[in-house]
Amino acid sequence: MADTLLWEDTTFVEEVERRSGSPVSACFQCHKCSTGCPTAPEMDLLASPIMRLVHLGEEQAVLESRAIWLCASCEACTTRCPMGIDAAAVMDALRMMAVERKVAIPDARGEKFNRSFLGSVRRHGRVFELGMMAAYKLRSGDLFSDVDKFPRMLAKGKISLLPKRSGEAKRLREIFRRAEEEDKKR
Amino acid sequence: MKYAYFPGCSLESTAWDFDRSTRAVSRALDVELEEIPDWVCCGSTPAHTTSASLATALPVVNLQKAHAMGLPVMTACASCYARLRTANHKIRNDPEERARTQRITQQAYDGGVPVRHVLDVLVNDVGTAEIRHRVKRPLTGLRVACYYGCLLTRPPEVVAFDDPEHPRSMEDLLEAVGAEPVEWPLKTECCGASLSMTHAGVVGRLSHKLISMAREAGAECLAVACPLCQVNLDLRQADAGKAHGDLPDTPALYVTQLLGLALGLAPKQLGLEALTVSADSLLTGTGLAMGDLTG
Repeated sequence: MADTLLWEDTTFVEEVERRSGSPVSACFQCHKCSTGCPTAPEMDLLASPIMRLVHLGEEQAVLESRAIWLCASCEACTTRCPMGIDAAAVMDALRMMAVERKVAIPDARGEKFNRSFLGSVRRHGRVFELGMMAAYKLRSGDLFSDVDKFPRMLAKGKISLLPKRSGEAKRLREIFRRAEEEDKKR
Repeated sequence: MKYAYFPGCSLESTAWDFDRSTRAVSRALDVELEEIPDWVCCGSTPAHTTSASLATALPVVNLQKAHAMGLPVMTACASCYARLRTANHKIRNDPEERARTQRITQQAYDGGVPVRHVLDVLVNDVGTAEIRHRVKRPLTGLRVACYYGCLLTRPPEVVAFDDPEHPRSMEDLLEAVGAEPVEWPLKTECCGASLSMTHAGVVGRLSHKLISMAREAGAECLAVACPLCQVNLDLRQADAGKAHGDLPDTPALYVTQLLGLALGLAPKQLGLEALTVSADSLLTGTGLAMGDLTG
């Protein structure tokens, strides 16, 4: 934690505001975001303290938290914030910054799931569930969770053995490439 | 009434029953759906938490196709719905985002294609009066907890076909077909959504809270309108019971499946066999005509 409450370094808060398009510095700690958050019981930092730590420039504490990866993007905080802060977009911005700055992510399952999911979309134009799940399991090392559900899902036609490709899959690879370039310019 | 239909990836796999029942009730109510040719994934949560550029570009590829079809879009997945609407919102309000998305997709788009959720189309375009008229087998006595989850009604600047804290459209729809929606306080609480893959324990806790509260309010089943909610409440229901205390079997049906039953469609036409927690006993226990339902 900072030893002073003065805003000594505004770089971090400005960056988070720019990326999220939200006036994070307007947060006055009413805690509505934290009290309505469905995943608060599992979080190491609640949403409102995260806003305060962003004010204080505590980049490492925020970007290395588990909390930013436990946000389910349900938008309850965004809907209820009296200052118009899109707190869910703030969480998105923090996750992207954590990946870009290569900080030590304490629980990388979310990041690994995202990569597996988007890899599937990049390849097929749509999500191929079985391939995506296999990729995620290999990346995370979490090989056995939910395997009990596979036979039932297969029997009920809820996962298929072959991908359903979009005719736009080829064009989508170019779109992914250009989006990556544009992300770098942001 | 004609729409460019965007099924989305879940409706091709884990939620094929949502796709089947959406198409079946649309047909029964003279809502014409033309699937967007070669649609691509909307990017869902992984895109908006990973790449701001991709999160807008992927939905826009589909919206550009719908624009070429000259039709408003209808989708059933709550996540696709939110992503498509969010992309429109960004394109309309941020000229930089619009220029960037044009560079990425190499096509212009002005954010003008309307995006509707099937629930919105049913309640506001077809209308509950018309639907009441078409009922063949009223769901009399069926006590149902309508569950909206997060993305159908939030954030209100982006979605906005119902109240973000106390939506009523699903209750209005199911009341029109004879069911008895219960009042309960958690209808817009999140089920954990895509944490399902990575943090199943969190989802188990939330699903348990939702199902037990629905039961406490007197419901015998849940009506849902999102593929993620359905998986978390149905496929994960047994795990939730094991981890947090026994739950009575509580079927979680898509609102289109319940509506389809009331319109006289057969369970197979609505994909009821895909439910993990079967709805058979529930439906035989009500005033619904038995023979038709088990066929």
